Amino acid sequence: MGTTASQLRKDLLSEYQELTFLTKQEIILAHKRFSELLSKEDRNIPTPRVPMEKVLSLPELKSNPFRKRICHVFSTSDMKDGSLTFEDFLDLLSAFSDSATLEIKSHYAFRIFDFDDDGTLDGGDLEKLVNCLTGETDDTRLTTEEMRQLISNILEESDIDKDGTVNLSEFQHVISRSPDFVRSVQM
Amino acid sequence: EEEKVGEEKPEVLSPEELEKLKEEVDERKKLISTLRGKPWPMRKKLLTLRESHEFVEKYEGALGKGKSRKLYAYKVMMLKKWMKFQRDFENFKTACVPWEMKIKEIESKYVSYLFLLYPCTVLLVLPGCLLFFNLAEKALMGRPYGSMPRKTVPRADEANAMDFAVLWDFGGYAQYSVLFYGYYNSQRAIGWLKFRMPLSYFLVGVGTVAYSYMVVIRTMARNANEDGGGDNNSFNFSWKMFTSWDYLIGNPETADNKFASITTSFKEAILEEQESRKDDNIHLTRFLRVLANFLVLCCLAGSGYLIYFVVRRSQKFALEGLESHSWWERNEVNMVMSLLGMFCPMLFDVISALENYHPRIALQWQLGRIFALFLGNLYTFIIALMDEINLKREEEEVLKLNMTIWEASLYNGTLGANSTAPPITVHPADIPRGPCWETMVGQEFVRLIVSDTMTTYITLLIGDFLRAVLVRFLNYCWCWDLEAGFPSYSEFDVSGNVLGLIFNQGMIWMGAFYAPCLPALNVLRLHVSMYLQCWAVMCCNVPQERVFKASGSNNFYMAMLLVILFLSTLPAIYTIVTIPPSFDCGPFSGKSRMFDVIQETLESDFPAWFGKVFSYASNPGLVLPFLLLMVLAIYYLQSTSKSYKQANLELKKKLQTVSRTINKVLTLIQYLLYSLCGTCTDIVCPPESTPCKGGEHRAHQGKSDHQIPPSATSPPAPRGHRIPGPLPGNQWQPAPSVQRVPNSQRH
Repeated sequence: MGTTASQLRKDLLSEYQELTFLTKQEIILAHKRFSELLSKEDRNIPTPRVPMEKVLSLPELKSNPFRKRICHVFSTSDMKDGSLTFEDFLDLLSAFSDSATLEIKSHYAFRIFDFDDDGTLDGGDLEKLVNCLTGETDDTRLTTEEMRQLISNILEESDIDKDGTVNLSEFQHVISRSPDFVRSVQM
Repeated sequence: EEEKVGEEKPEVLSPEELEKLKEEVDERKKLISTLRGKPWPMRKKLLTLRESHEFVEKYEGALGKGKSRKLYAYKVMMLKKWMKFQRDFENFKTACVPWEMKIKEIESKYVSYLFLLYPCTVLLVLPGCLLFFNLAEKALMGRPYGSMPRKTVPRADEANAMDFAVLWDFGGYAQYSVLFYGYYNSQRAIGWLKFRMPLSYFLVGVGTVAYSYMVVIRTMARNANEDGGGDNNSFNFSWKMFTSWDYLIGNPETADNKFASITTSFKEAILEEQESRKDDNIHLTRFLRVLANFLVLCCLAGSGYLIYFVVRRSQKFALEGLESHSWWERNEVNMVMSLLGMFCPMLFDVISALENYHPRIALQWQLGRIFALFLGNLYTFIIALMDEINLKREEEEVLKLNMTIWEASLYNGTLGANSTAPPITVHPADIPRGPCWETMVGQEFVRLIVSDTMTTYITLLIGDFLRAVLVRFLNYCWCWDLEAGFPSYSEFDVSGNVLGLIFNQGMIWMGAFYAPCLPALNVLRLHVSMYLQCWAVMCCNVPQERVFKASGSNNFYMAMLLVILFLSTLPAIYTIVTIPPSFDCGPFSGKSRMFDVIQETLESDFPAWFGKVFSYASNPGLVLPFLLLMVLAIYYLQSTSKSYKQANLELKKKLQTVSRTINKVLTLIQYLLYSLCGTCTDIVCPPESTPCKGGEHRAHQGKSDHQIPPSATSPPAPRGHRIPGPLPGNQWQPAPSVQRVPNSQRH
């Protein structure tokens, strides 16, 4: 029950339309781009997977500091290698589309920021997050002292129950107050 | 969810079971509609969807038994069709968004700027369409039925009515065209449709203003809702952290810029938080700020006076006849206004260097000053216009007097005052025409907007394109690096452009009543602007160094739009209410006040009781208490919202206390469990089997120590729990610098 070589079946198309925030044209476009990423041999197997490196070559993801995390979060591969099937790809596009709700976006954003996949954002996750955001070069990184200060400020603001980590509901609470979030998490 | 009604035949169902079944089917349907909002992988969603569909289809038929079956089936089918229609309509709507691909392209290079363009286009296109449609109707109906004199060019002007110079000034044929107020005739009902020209003109004018208010306020309310009312917390650091990355960025150059800007913003925020409020030399700073404000006030006063002076001069020129003056002198007013609008903001920028504010605050001051500048200029212009209007009205009085003399001269005194005679046919062009002040006002506005547009385009071409060309090509033979140093490529100034759009809109609102085609013209101008700006942005501009998120001040720009809407409709309303219309031009000619048309319509077209009701309703005795009631309602709503905010804060505090207590209790339990497990090891559990401990190193060790050493590196996980963190034995030690407290599993 994957997609055949070049065409998307009509019934699948309408099901995908019901299950994602994408329009019909967007789904067809996504299918086209996904097929382009597949190698020739893979095109004919029932549920092809695109390896993570190929996905990362997409222009929308190339400059994104969280690209690897995004692939890991949306991937349903047993080997945890970040490879995506077409349905994973659709999930990704749906979460980042204009019409996706705040809940979906914040849920996935939380999972993307949770680098160690333990269900909460603790100090280690936050530190990795800051390092991703400030780029890889040395002159843009923060010093240890600044990092410490920043993380303690963040925890002070967002950690409502003061357990030292930010869980999903606290994250969603902070995000729902932000005027920028829905617009920034789009592709 | 298991299917409660298994294989039973539908006829056997009792009413309660039927009810239960119906509920389940409804639940399933609800599940289907919310599936896309669930964060599950697609596989799971697909399976659930197919299952639910099967269930619904299987039992939907069964539910429709009996009398209501047909109705139920019909309802279900209509619902399905409606959902399909909605989906198709959504698809269609997204396909219709103009320039969507172009916008996406630009957005990937720049920050999302064009969020404002979309509501603006809606705002502008709709009234444009409305008016355009109305005009078309009027133009079509007006021609054969209208009174010809007001539509034809007077004999004296005929000679040069087609000259380009005259047309550019919107004189000549343009003056007597659909564009302006004077074209429309004042006959009450036109043609076989009995089209009420004056009434429709008035209502369309008022209607577009009301519609604009509605759209702006609705957008503001929606933005305010999205902000989330509850508490006044601004989660500065958290927002910076979680939302500062813009996922639309697809360009490595922009990404690097973004990284740099994020780092700067983090460092800035940290510094701000740390440094003390008290800065040295506060007196000097204060003095400089006062000085800066004083200079700005001088600038504003100066520009206001300049405009007034220039308008006066142009009136003098008009009296002497426009032909004897050069192009500059004829267009002085518009050019001066546009030039002021271009150079004063730069001056304000320079002055603000004295003030030494934080960049965000400096930006707000700058925007406020530009706002004051534009407003001051516009209002000076209007005041000068008022003088002209009064002049024209005096002229009109004189002309009315002369008309009677001219009419008498037609008959050449051959007939007595009371006799009837065959009407002498006079060519419409020969009838002396009154000076139409409304058309004059419309002309002035149209000229202003045209010159404003020209200035913008020329600045764009010179300031951006020419500059880019110079920098690119002169760089090879210049002493210092032009690209990095002084001129360099121009940045795309988001806030300046947005402000420009807003003011342009304000001018349209002001002039729309007197030049009905103005919104349509503006739509055209916006289209051209859009393409020009898109091209300029992609080829000559570089992204701003501070990647400025315009949407952060979403409501700020909307609020400005609202203020401008209010301030620009004020002059129009004033003129409608106080100044009597011209006697021979426009749809309200002959009346004593423009809004008399409503009175007339009420009297003649509606039954008598309606007029009575209306006059009772507009009685001040009724209106004042109503206003009072609304004020009280506002007060009540405000106090309720305050009490909700208070309740919110209380709940938050409670949440903190409760979770702290829970935390303490849980850690206590963990500690007890460990100590229990420890003793259990000795007494109950033999070393080979490990029911009490889940830790790997125990299992590996087999026969080993019976006691859990307090300094073991990994704590044995108690049944089912996973505790990342320091050992229980260590928890009474002071916590390390990054506040880690052993936490229990949250989910």
